[in-house]
Amino acid sequence: MVSKLEEGTVGRARLDPENCDPRFFKGVQPNGDFQGPTAVAGVLRPTMSPVIRAESLTIRYGSFEAVRRVTLDISEREVTAIIGPSGCGKSTLLRAINRMNDLVVGASVEGKLLYRGKDIYGPQCDPVDLRRKIGMVFQKPNPFPKSIYKNVAWGASINGYRGNLFDLVERSLRQAALWEEVKDKLHQNALNLSGGQQQRLCIARAIALEPEVLLMDEPCSALDPIATARIENLIDELRARYTLILVTHNMQQAARVSQQTAFMYMGELIEMDATDTIFTRPSKPKTQDYITGRFG
Amino acid sequence: MNPDASHFGSSIAARRFWSGCFTLVCGLTTLVGGIILLALVIQVVREGWPALSLKLFTKFPSVLDPENAGVKSALFGTLWLVTLTAAFSIPLGLGAAIYLEEYAAKTRLTRWIELNIANLAGVPSVVYGLLGLTVFVRTLGFGRSILAGALTLSLVVLPVMIIASREAIAAVPASLRSAAFALGATRWQTIRAQVLPVALPGILTGAILGLSRAIGEAAPLIVIGALAFVAHVPSGPMDQFTALPIQIFNWCEDPGQEFHRLAAAAIVVLLGVLIPLNAVAIGVRAWYQSSKKVL
Repeated sequence: MVSKLEEGTVGRARLDPENCDPRFFKGVQPNGDFQGPTAVAGVLRPTMSPVIRAESLTIRYGSFEAVRRVTLDISEREVTAIIGPSGCGKSTLLRAINRMNDLVVGASVEGKLLYRGKDIYGPQCDPVDLRRKIGMVFQKPNPFPKSIYKNVAWGASINGYRGNLFDLVERSLRQAALWEEVKDKLHQNALNLSGGQQQRLCIARAIALEPEVLLMDEPCSALDPIATARIENLIDELRARYTLILVTHNMQQAARVSQQTAFMYMGELIEMDATDTIFTRPSKPKTQDYITGRFG
Repeated sequence: MNPDASHFGSSIAARRFWSGCFTLVCGLTTLVGGIILLALVIQVVREGWPALSLKLFTKFPSVLDPENAGVKSALFGTLWLVTLTAAFSIPLGLGAAIYLEEYAAKTRLTRWIELNIANLAGVPSVVYGLLGLTVFVRTLGFGRSILAGALTLSLVVLPVMIIASREAIAAVPASLRSAAFALGATRWQTIRAQVLPVALPGILTGAILGLSRAIGEAAPLIVIGALAFVAHVPSGPMDQFTALPIQIFNWCEDPGQEFHRLAAAAIVVLLGVLIPLNAVAIGVRAWYQSSKKVL
């Protein structure tokens, strides 16, 4: 099921998978070891083993249900967009995947959320370890008020990176399409960069940890159209190596960069399908209404 | 009729007039503060000028011979006190602030503790003197030592330090913490590498304010029994001591005009200790803020 969007990327310069360096981090196992039980009910796409799977996932803030019984699969090395109006729970769902909701007082989770078959909210899962493997890029660029170099190197060094830090910084900045712009000022404060550069720095910072999944929470909403276009191109390149989940307000953006699209409304997952299907012939009238701009 | 004209009736001239008035009032209040401070300093320096000489720093205090009286023991006592007070109160205050702001769950108990710390900041320092007398001088048997004095002063300044440090830590944007956590940092790694460096200028400001207060305190030291006349430089934290504010207080009590002059001179010395201390802290803060730009 190759979508039109995917066809459009054929021939575009992709990152070389051969370039993938060995896992430098302590205690990291090859991906195969994460394979858990696969015979689970409610599988949406039985042909693939999903990286992330939510099963009847409900997330509450106090008694307010922000996400209601959501079941979905996120497949490997694809961009999955989550769209929906403000307050539909898409960010909450995203922040549950790397357990950033743990930091919100009163947040609670019911149902199952699996990362390669392992329960993210299970007792075996350490959120600190999980966040190394599932990176995140935030809505507003939030570089540390330190040098560009330190912004990228810090995450790796606190996680016990044993390779050459400078090489890692260069590689990450190259992958984030920022190297050429900053290679002469690596030791200047990151806050002097433009908004779009800051956001690419945040992406470089996240991929320096060699995560498997990259969560992006409206990464372009604070950027101008040109910076947005650069990030979108970057997202398209990154899916060669990472599984990306993109929360966005911008339906055109979802249509441009994603292969799968999930539409959420009032905390519920209304529909999830291949992106071109969602945007050309959605099966639910609510989705139709939203993408044609009748509400939201 | 133009709807704008009917609904927005107030005159722009009047609004500008009131805005100007407020600027004037605020400027005047600032001016009043500045003038009072300046007058105070000029008055003290003028009165103490004749007594300001090298002798002031080399001689010990005396009630009999104003010509040969100095503040040597008081100056050293104050330096000892400030150093020890800083050593006790900064780690304690910062630790408490980090715990309350970063670790403690926001329960009724922590809110109650926070409220009480705020209340303690308003307790008169004499009360801390009484506490110090009971706990440090008598119960723990430190006697009328520098150690007991520094611990008592630490009690006086701790609430201020905790509140200032907490505010500095709370002012660190939550987005920095999120960024650090999302990179797989533990809470301590986040605090150590991201929160504290950003909060440091505010924490230092709190420390300066606290220590400046400690330098100027006489009442709690008198209560715990600091001596008025000490004819030796303290050799260790268990020595008896006097401090500049106590010396100033004693000389002021004396009816002799020469002693008032000495008191004024001692005040100049006290200011002379305070200003470099503040300057150093401000310098460190400025250096840190500028170095952060390139680090």
